[in-house]
Amino acid sequence: MRSLFKFHGGIHPATNKAQSNHKPIAQAALPSRLVIPLHQHVGNSAKPIVKAGQHVLKGQIIGAPEGHVSSAVHAPTSGLIAAIDMQPVAHPSGIPDLCITLIPDGHDEWSAREPCADWKALSHTDLRHRLRDAGVVGLGGAVFPSDMKLYSHKHQIKTLVLNGAECEPYITCDDLLMRERAAEILQGAEIMRALLYAEEVLIGIEDNKPEAIAAMRSAVLEGRHERMEVISVPTVYPGGGAKQLIRVLTGIEVAAGVRSTNLGVQCFNVGTAYSTWRAIRHGEALISRIVTVTGHVGQPQNFEALIGTPMDELVAQAGPLPDTRGYIMGGPMMGIRLPSAEVGVIKATNCLIAMSDSLFPPALPALPCIRCTRCVDVCPAELQPQELFWFAQSKNLLKAQEYHLFDCIECGACSYVCPSNIPLVEYYRFAKSEIWAQETSKKAADAARERHEYRELRIEREKQEKADKLAAKEKAALEAKALKSAAPLPPAVEGANVSLCDAPVDADPENTMQLKIQAAIDHAKQQAAVSKPENTEHLTPQQQAEIATIEARRARIRELALSSADEHTKE
Amino acid sequence: MFSALLVMAAIAIALGAVLGFAAIKFHVEGNPLVEKIDAVLPQTQCGQCGYPGCKPYATAIAEGVADINLCPPGGEEGIHKLADLLGVDFKPFGGDTAPKPKAVAFIDENNCIGCTLCIQACPVDAIVGAAKQMHTIIAAECTGCELCVAPCPVDCIDMVAIEENISNWKWKYPVYPLRPAA
Repeated sequence: MRSLFKFHGGIHPATNKAQSNHKPIAQAALPSRLVIPLHQHVGNSAKPIVKAGQHVLKGQIIGAPEGHVSSAVHAPTSGLIAAIDMQPVAHPSGIPDLCITLIPDGHDEWSAREPCADWKALSHTDLRHRLRDAGVVGLGGAVFPSDMKLYSHKHQIKTLVLNGAECEPYITCDDLLMRERAAEILQGAEIMRALLYAEEVLIGIEDNKPEAIAAMRSAVLEGRHERMEVISVPTVYPGGGAKQLIRVLTGIEVAAGVRSTNLGVQCFNVGTAYSTWRAIRHGEALISRIVTVTGHVGQPQNFEALIGTPMDELVAQAGPLPDTRGYIMGGPMMGIRLPSAEVGVIKATNCLIAMSDSLFPPALPALPCIRCTRCVDVCPAELQPQELFWFAQSKNLLKAQEYHLFDCIECGACSYVCPSNIPLVEYYRFAKSEIWAQETSKKAADAARERHEYRELRIEREKQEKADKLAAKEKAALEAKALKSAAPLPPAVEGANVSLCDAPVDADPENTMQLKIQAAIDHAKQQAAVSKPENTEHLTPQQQAEIATIEARRARIRELALSSADEHTKE
Repeated sequence: MFSALLVMAAIAIALGAVLGFAAIKFHVEGNPLVEKIDAVLPQTQCGQCGYPGCKPYATAIAEGVADINLCPPGGEEGIHKLADLLGVDFKPFGGDTAPKPKAVAFIDENNCIGCTLCIQACPVDAIVGAAKQMHTIIAAECTGCELCVAPCPVDCIDMVAIEENISNWKWKYPVYPLRPAA
């Protein structure tokens, strides 16, 4: 029996899992349309590579990964691209984002897949490329591209942790996945283990899921997986947080700002392992996921739903009830209120909870903080939530950061126990996004300052260059003038073969310059002498007569000029 | 008595040497306050304060010549920061100076004649183009200073307000009713 560790704090809310975990996973009906957001993962938004009106096949890439941290988006079924435009998405803001709308044609026709019977024959780079192209991202909720996390040197990672804790109330999608598809999860874990060079695989499952634990254990035995252990961990919220589960299973405390990989541990959700297997073995992109539909519905159940399935069409299959007040995507602790029931299922949609006044009574009015520090007792990150609240409320963001605001995982345990009903997490989220915004504008200001200073420098340099050029020109002109007046011209060099080499070597530079100028003048004269007037042969007598008269006139003018010059000199 | 004087004098000389050394070693060029003020200013280089750029305004504030409420792009938050930094009272914007929503310039490329006047006006070199070629704004580098709008002879530059989208959206400050006192 392995000895387990504990993390600080935690709470025991009603699990509410029994409603949805007694029925097998159902295949959701093909919806009338699919609204597929291009930004479903951490990193850059995917770039649409299809056009409206185009027919696409199931599994075909419709959004290509852009940049280093990004992931591909695929057509979940065959059909027609109806539009690529801004649509409401599953985001707390309710702001529309770029989505591809696909109208299924009902044939569900696959594009060419690239299955691989023996993945061990593939190189690690090839495996990672396949995962990136298959759009595999973390399905536990963080949606971080998995290929980025599956990179390691030998002997760096000792333990691969598979997260099947599923600590949030209501959610049972991982539970059902482990019960029904344990063998495939473990195969995916083997690929991950190989990519990470990890020695052991630890699968953590909370002890309120005995069926899943049994299924996984028998799959480990049947699959003859070595150094792979299914561990039942105590049910404490938020025991499914990556840091918390790593702590419980290995005793390793992942400190603030440290990556677990530097401590020899990497953690993946069981659903991600399953998708990894489907992507590598069967060449199937991540085009569907298990979604728990529960809460205020007639038949709560898990559905395998295509990415992009409108939430209301999914709820329709679980027997929607009247007086539903709205929908939560995710669990009741960390989930977000959906802005509209028509948004599409995304890769992060693990659960859809229909809200009613009886299940989720309206929040009680908040009272002032009495500093009872119950929140401190339950905080799994060992923070001082009451202090963070104080600083976030007064917008003292610097101080909030000093109290490690960014170590908060927003699990909501503090808000759950708060006797004053203060929505603490809302304050932390506000403070965090405010700090991010300030940092962004600070970066923009720094960039602008740098560009402005560079521009000033450039203008100054250009001015200087211009002035230098002008000064050099003026100086040259002055020198030439001075030379002309000072030194008499050297006697004209006779003969045709005057070249620059004839200048005396020991002459001072000014003299050399003079010689050069003289040489150039002589050269020009010589050229003029050599060149003969053209069209002087084969002339008609008439032309010759004309030339003769012109020459006579010229001679007369020359004579006149000479005589007048003589007169001037006499005077 | 004499030895005591000697000791005191020796100590004085030694400490004086240390102070002198420190004065040279840790000498600070320029006024560090200007840098601090400049770091708070939004660096739009728009000149709305009446100075030709953020640095000149920062220098003017440091010298006590300019007021702290002359920078509309910095917003009231900027005035608060300057007030905190300088240890003076907050001062609201006066008269017609008021912050506007953040915007970027946009060139209507159908009307641009390629005169390069806007390029010469841009304080952060955020406009690409050449003589008789179409110009365009690098939106990511534009500070929204509006200095390019006036020189354009064909009025083809508009300021487009930056809309809230998924990437710049912020969680709002929680507002909830307190229970009325019974």
